[in-house]
Amino acid sequence: MPPQEDYRFKIANREALIGVGLAVINFVWWFAFAYGLGSRPPEEYSYVFGVPSWFFYSCIVGFILIAALVTFVVKVFFVEVPLDDEEEGDRS
Amino acid sequence: MNAAVIIPLVLFLVIIFAVGFIASRSLTKSGSDFMQDYYLGGRQLGGFILAMTMIATYGSASSFIGGPGVAYTEGLGWVLLAMAQVVSGYFVLMILGKKFAIMARRYNAVTLTDFLKGRYQSKWVVITAAFSIIIFLFSAMAAQWVGGARLIESLTGLSYTSALFIFAVSVLIYVVIGGFKAVALTDMIQGVVMVGGTLILLIATIIAGGGISNIMADLTAENPNLITPFGAEGSLTPSYVSSFWILVGVAVVGLPQVTVRAMSYKSSRAMHRALIIGTFVVGFIMLNMHLIGVFARPILPGIEVGDTVMPLIALEVLPPWVAGIVLAAPMAAIMSTVDSLLLLVSSSVVKDIYVNYVKPDATYQRVKRMSFGVTAVLGILVFLMALNPPDLLIWLNLFAFGGLEATFIWPVVMGLYWKTGNKYGALSSMVVGIGSYIVIDVFYTSLFGLHSVVFPVVLSFIAYVVVSLATKHLVVKEAGDMAAES
Repeated sequence: MPPQEDYRFKIANREALIGVGLAVINFVWWFAFAYGLGSRPPEEYSYVFGVPSWFFYSCIVGFILIAALVTFVVKVFFVEVPLDDEEEGDRS
Repeated sequence: MNAAVIIPLVLFLVIIFAVGFIASRSLTKSGSDFMQDYYLGGRQLGGFILAMTMIATYGSASSFIGGPGVAYTEGLGWVLLAMAQVVSGYFVLMILGKKFAIMARRYNAVTLTDFLKGRYQSKWVVITAAFSIIIFLFSAMAAQWVGGARLIESLTGLSYTSALFIFAVSVLIYVVIGGFKAVALTDMIQGVVMVGGTLILLIATIIAGGGISNIMADLTAENPNLITPFGAEGSLTPSYVSSFWILVGVAVVGLPQVTVRAMSYKSSRAMHRALIIGTFVVGFIMLNMHLIGVFARPILPGIEVGDTVMPLIALEVLPPWVAGIVLAAPMAAIMSTVDSLLLLVSSSVVKDIYVNYVKPDATYQRVKRMSFGVTAVLGILVFLMALNPPDLLIWLNLFAFGGLEATFIWPVVMGLYWKTGNKYGALSSMVVGIGSYIVIDVFYTSLFGLHSVVFPVVLSFIAYVVVSLATKHLVVKEAGDMAAES
């Protein structure tokens, strides 16, 4: 069976693209808040829960956001498929 | 050091042993395919174990012992850098994903090298891969042993040699006997210890420092740069910090010890669970651990050796027996890295070299004896090297992660998703990756202010694509020849 006909690979390709998308969102969020809010002189920093705001939004909120996004895309967009070839039966 | 600290540590080691023995019992029972069972746990990992074993493997000693130490010196900027690792929690499993698991099963692959062999059908790709795994991971492992022995030394007051001996014996026993399943199970216990340990320690540190606002005020008073993203000396530039997204984030996809886990899970449901758990846990551990390093600074000023920050702060802010349990966490981190590396190097020797090219007709019994034997011999070799580590070893270790990433990332990822990619592309990508990494690391250290792993990853990509396209007709011709012969 030629690999390109396997229906599972379409799913796998889509999920890999979702992974790339998430990484891009993650990076942009992380970078924008860290250097957007953190590039001021330290005496002008504002604080959230005791930590500088750049750190709070970039590292803490950013982490919670991305973890929530991962949970969301896995639950909503990820499809369960069999991993062994023989379990496929005659589906192709 | 007092008994209250040592007893929980010893208890921890005993539990690890017990798990190794139980896992070995199930190994002899199933026995259908020894290779798959010993090196992959029979592809039966569930989601929680998968997540934990991946985190324990790549998040380990460098970040656990070294990370908080650097965070102590550099301040919040280093925590920012460490958070680049969150991406590895989901990226690896999403990119390799189901396709890698399916292909690995189809090729009956037990190691990353098996996968490359199945995909490229080339002896030279296999040999290059196996040798880079053996050399780099062996060095990485030896350096971890040195770290593990130093930790035992500082906790117990034993001499370095006896500490190394205790460490070596405990690692060897359960890796040799239990194989991958024992390693994955103990990784899980170690992962749980890491999560709990860092949380307890972070809370105790915040309390000891008089609350977060108070700690921040102390840090600002000492050096305002400690609370900026730019590090204590202002030397952490955005481009340098961002390039860690490649080193510890996305390029982790190419690390053999990580990819082998991405072929070991039971079902796509297990993988989905691992994605969610893995992202939460890796972010949680990284954030806590590095914050502990930063927060420790006002409480214990003037620590010279970064590696001692974790043990010292634990002993300072926690009651002794809790400190013992919490300090089992870095111990756990080192052990879980070492055991998985040991297994991987052993599988490279036995499976990739011996069975492939030395004795393809080896019997089941022989392969089994070889696997135990090689694992044990490798462990003893590492022990001897760690007794008196040569300079070359330290250098190779510093180098190992970036080197392996530059070598393997494109042959694996492009091999999965680009049909035109062929063995010539893979081989040149590996050679260019490793070669340019050595050149840049030795002669420039950081080109354009980026970490030295960045350009080799780019160059090896170009090599893969260009050579694959240029040799496209060759491969078609060879396939034609083969068809004609048969």
